[in-house]
Amino acid sequence: MAINQDSTLSITNNNLLEIKNLDVSFIQARGTAHALRGIDLTISSGEILALVGESGSGKTVTSMSIMGLVPTPPARFNAGSLLFRGDELIGRPHAEMRKIRGNEIAMVFQEPAKYLNPSLKIGEQITEMLILHLGMSSQQAEEKALAFLDVVGLGKSRRVLNAYPHELSGGMKQRAMIAMAICCNPSLLIADEPTTALDVTLQLQILKLIRNLKKTFSMGILFISHNLGVVREIADRVAVIYAGKIVESAANKTLFENTLHPYTSALLQSIPDAEKRGQRLRAIPGNVPDAENIPKGCSFHPRCALASDKCSREIPLTRDYGNGHFAACHIIH
Amino acid sequence: MRFVEIKNLEKTYFGHGFFKRSKSAVKAVDRVSFGIEKKSVFGLVGESGCGKTSLVRSVLYLDPPTSGEVWIDNTLLGGLKSTELRSFRRRMQIVFQDPNSALNPKMNVQDSLEEGLVNRGLEAGHRKKLIARMLDLVGISPSHSSRYPHEFSGGQKQRIVIARALCMEPDFLVLDEPVSNLDVSIQAQIINLLQDLKKELNLTYLFISHDLNLVAYLSDRIAVMYKGRLVESGSTDEIMDHPVHPYTLKLFSSIPGMETTVVADDFTTQEATPASDGKKVAVGTNACNYCDSCPMAGRECREREPQLETIDGSHKVACHKFSYRDTH
Repeated sequence: MAINQDSTLSITNNNLLEIKNLDVSFIQARGTAHALRGIDLTISSGEILALVGESGSGKTVTSMSIMGLVPTPPARFNAGSLLFRGDELIGRPHAEMRKIRGNEIAMVFQEPAKYLNPSLKIGEQITEMLILHLGMSSQQAEEKALAFLDVVGLGKSRRVLNAYPHELSGGMKQRAMIAMAICCNPSLLIADEPTTALDVTLQLQILKLIRNLKKTFSMGILFISHNLGVVREIADRVAVIYAGKIVESAANKTLFENTLHPYTSALLQSIPDAEKRGQRLRAIPGNVPDAENIPKGCSFHPRCALASDKCSREIPLTRDYGNGHFAACHIIH
Repeated sequence: MRFVEIKNLEKTYFGHGFFKRSKSAVKAVDRVSFGIEKKSVFGLVGESGCGKTSLVRSVLYLDPPTSGEVWIDNTLLGGLKSTELRSFRRRMQIVFQDPNSALNPKMNVQDSLEEGLVNRGLEAGHRKKLIARMLDLVGISPSHSSRYPHEFSGGQKQRIVIARALCMEPDFLVLDEPVSNLDVSIQAQIINLLQDLKKELNLTYLFISHDLNLVAYLSDRIAVMYKGRLVESGSTDEIMDHPVHPYTLKLFSSIPGMETTVVADDFTTQEATPASDGKKVAVGTNACNYCDSCPMAGRECREREPQLETIDGSHKVACHKFSYRDTH
């Protein structure tokens, strides 16, 4: 099996976003937190890539890096590149990033209630972007905003446009956030746990909406989540991140049916469901390592049931197991 | 009578309008009755705003119910004097969703756990022994008891909260979404712990969650709540194998990863109109609560409210339409 250190070799030019060996650390008084330790990701248009991981694994740093919202210092980009349509995003001047952000790369956040401005009407918040990025007049912008409210399933309702965030329910707020994110027709949408704060029935509706957006606008979507059930439902490809490293990535079906990495399979086994009644859950022992003291060697080895000597000494390389299935582990053959 | 018996529990919140002008009341819990056998797990499922937390607060008399009876181990809680209720509380404890806000950041673990024991009137030596035993039981080293909450991870904090509840040596424990704030890999550890504790200490659980997979895994019986009312209840097998109520069916079909493929979005869902997301509870209507969103609602549903009726074994459902469907 070929060792694929440079997985970018196989990448063709139609990639919307290419993250190559991105390495980010945060310098703090109490020590350096190594948040991302060289991750590779690619997203093409019309594809949903899910990034799965636990809290503190580097999901949000990844999305914030793409958006150019990681302040340096305290952060430091040690290595790697972020290519958006072939152009480097790291080190761009703020003025340029502001033109890209919201216009070409947009983001939907976990808690709509926190990210909507409570003192501005929904309509004002949507039209603001259109006026700023696309130079529309306020009438044009309002018409466009109405059209996008319709796209996200809120209907062409002026009532929603004139409502303040607190007048809308959680699901409606999230739809309004999505309308804001897509109204400038971005080519890349980052959805950071967009359904975590919602109830199951609403969650399903938002997932359907995101699927539809992908089809209608052929956006590339980076879907960040810790919920494997949600990911299984929505993703085309899945990347599993642990302690700032991608440990496994593959097409949705391959990852769930032919799991390679011990961390991924342990996660899948630890999820309770009705069929496991009466049995003990196979919990993963220990805690998620924090970014300040990541274990030597394979970062998962202290919690891994299969770990050997080698795992505690050497960081495993990412290998290609065929059909775009990558994993970083010493013990899979 | 079962160990925990809830009869016709009602909780109404009265709003105070401007200058104490009376405002419309909100019925958060509406005529809820159920029972929990000793040493069993009763799972309560429902979306946010359906009244789960109000129900729990009423059951524990943290917020006394407007009407209805709560019997725990043949004791009617409403009949107790406030001092008696206080000492009875020892036997019913609660574990909250968010361990970060459930622990006082300025108290170390020892102090947090000791507070209740001081109130119980135990002497220092006994207190110390009990705390060490409980911490050991939940998997926290007793030598860490002088540490403060911020020195622990989320999963450990939840273990401490559980230990604090257990210190009172309760026999009825309410678990209000105990794992939903924890990481996926930590959730299973806490769930296993809860199951071990139940066996070891002969506990009875009232388990609240919106995670249907988890409730199905852990519970012996399940009740589904919608807008303050129980719409369906039964043993886990009955509910999981033959869900009957249209709302239960909708909930179950929304579980992600259950091989339900996401089809094209139908934007006709009622979610698009404000105030129909289960948060507003109408008072004084005679219609079925669910009839506005129900795909099979008929005239009957708008005129008469369905009552919880037994359909098979211990399986109860509140729906006029169930008999028209093949339940098996």
